[in-house]
Amino acid sequence: MSAFGAKRALARGIGAASRRSGRGGGTTLPGRALLRMEPEAIAKLGSGLTGGSTIVSATNGKTTTAGMIAAILGAEGRRPVHNRAGSNMTWGVATALLEQRGTEGLFEVDEAWLPRVAQQLHPRLIVLGNLFRDQLDRYGEMEALAEEWAKAVAAAPAATALALNADDPLIADLGRDTDTERPRDGTLYFGIEDHSQALPELQHAFDAKHCRRCGHPYAYEVAFVGHLGHYSCPNCGAQRPRPDVAATRIELHGMEGSAATVRVPGGEIEVELPLPGLYNVYNALAAISAAIALGVEPGHVSAALRDMRAAFGRVETIAVGDGRVSILLIKNPAGANEVLRTLKLEAADHADGIDLWIALNDRIADGRDVSWVWDADFEVLAGAVRHVTCAGTRAPEMALRLKYAGWPEDRIAVEPDIEASLDAAVAGAAGRLFALPTYTALLELRKLLADRGLAKEFWQ
Amino acid sequence: MELRVLSLYPDQMNIYADRGNILFLQRRSEWRGIGFQWKCAGQGESVDPAAHDLFYIGGGQDRDQRFVAADMVETKRAALESAVDDGAALLAVCGGYQLLGESYQLGEETLPGLGLADLRTVREEGPRLIGNVAIETEIGGRKRILAGFENHGGRTYLGKEARPLGTVVKGHGYGNNGGDGLEGVWRDNMVGTYLHGPLLPKNAWLADHLIELALERRYGTRPTLDPLPDELERAAHASARAAAGV
Repeated sequence: MSAFGAKRALARGIGAASRRSGRGGGTTLPGRALLRMEPEAIAKLGSGLTGGSTIVSATNGKTTTAGMIAAILGAEGRRPVHNRAGSNMTWGVATALLEQRGTEGLFEVDEAWLPRVAQQLHPRLIVLGNLFRDQLDRYGEMEALAEEWAKAVAAAPAATALALNADDPLIADLGRDTDTERPRDGTLYFGIEDHSQALPELQHAFDAKHCRRCGHPYAYEVAFVGHLGHYSCPNCGAQRPRPDVAATRIELHGMEGSAATVRVPGGEIEVELPLPGLYNVYNALAAISAAIALGVEPGHVSAALRDMRAAFGRVETIAVGDGRVSILLIKNPAGANEVLRTLKLEAADHADGIDLWIALNDRIADGRDVSWVWDADFEVLAGAVRHVTCAGTRAPEMALRLKYAGWPEDRIAVEPDIEASLDAAVAGAAGRLFALPTYTALLELRKLLADRGLAKEFWQ
Repeated sequence: MELRVLSLYPDQMNIYADRGNILFLQRRSEWRGIGFQWKCAGQGESVDPAAHDLFYIGGGQDRDQRFVAADMVETKRAALESAVDDGAALLAVCGGYQLLGESYQLGEETLPGLGLADLRTVREEGPRLIGNVAIETEIGGRKRILAGFENHGGRTYLGKEARPLGTVVKGHGYGNNGGDGLEGVWRDNMVGTYLHGPLLPKNAWLADHLIELALERRYGTRPTLDPLPDELERAAHASARAAAGV
């Protein structure tokens, strides 16, 4: 056995042992161990993927977009090596490479780790969805992150294709060859072109204000989600690129999902999504673009998307006791705003308002800084809430935010403990309970439900 | 009575949920039957120092801060100085705090500051100073704790003329520069601090103190504010303190 082979075997053994122990961590420990022994492990293992690798990154929608791409490839009989549980730092990628066999790779990658993973994998395709303010204590400012991504894209081999969101100026600009000022060869843009879905006004958490080329403020014709929309620079003339994959007609059906007509190269397809909200339309457009870049016939995409289930925990409904709990991850202002917008549609069917459980944690993977709750527009649900239970390590601060958003104080309860608060919220709910956890609160919730036999543990 | 607030560059200087501070002032005024007037001044806009009693400036990304520094010195410096000298309240958080000083070093550049406080901000080797923080301050007449979150690359040093807002509770944050244990600046009714979070919702007492100062400037006497049912506010303060380990 080669030295690398021995390290690989040892790391695999660590993964098997950690799963047997039942303590979890199977999606990260083997990769961590391997990277400690062999820092170039991702490059070494990745070079064995003869069909190449696809990397997916974004502030919001990484797991869902990668899940959609996997579903589309799966319908074609393609089974990529994929970190499907959402463990998206280097060790999660290394674990997937270590433990799965396949000829191509599909990796969602944390924003901050994208440059390092791209440099090791020489990907066939990079899919970039959006950049929103998120965990400023960990990622720093969006513009600094966009600069790091620009360097990573510039350093990628010329053969690397790109699928980029035309509606996010921070992302779209990454497709520009700064020497020729033209789009890089092999770049596919996606975007929304249904003006009926525009926001009535620009949201507070609006993150791309200044032209990346000249610094002048952008002018927006419409915005759909946060700063994603149709923009141009009145000073230097920089413009949103015309998307190759575009949603030209969208119908949102609350929590049930949505339907869209999507223009693709050479035609048009109809897409039905079992996932709510405009943000998931963006995820689907990213996945369709990726599929096209990976050689899938556009006509094969619709059935695969219709049949997919939400990627782990992003949206799912579980029976708990006598009630039903729908779980929607919230982790930053832009993502939370889209969840709140979806719930606002849902609340239209509930005269007494909806029941909520919101869990705000401040662990490292959530971001230690919980300031962001003041940037999310909880105001949109004022008057639409029957009762809310605030949980998590920073539960009182969540409750305070809601009070100042105009939610009646007598409908707000505080109970930091995840299990006790969830049981109380389920018992008190008039119908379905909407659970809005931050990332680590979602993990705690999943563990709790798994221990009760109500949901699968995510590393299984 | 009416509380008159002016936000400076709200489109650029809003990175750490600064609107939470404004919303907090608004609700606490309205619940007491105090009118609330909120105006904004952005690029190139002049400021009438007599028209507003509480000035607010938040934090921004580097690029925005560079843009704001030049414009503010050119179009607003004299008005802000005159307002502060006249007893107006001013709260400057994070990037806004850095701009109160003589100068602010950003990368290779040195940006001009408002010169309202004897302090300067420089870059030094070392990581950004990030984390939950608690400081002890005597603003408002008695010793109290301010709790919040700090996240800054710049290191701020106070000059001889400047008084800090408070001292970092030892071992529970970095403060101005991570070295001398001081945090923020406090001059007349002007407060500069690295604590965001946003700061006021985590420290309702400071919000009420600023409201009092602003009303005193407008109406000549310091009002006694009606108490509010602050159960959640106290719990949030305790939560922020606990996060900082105090």
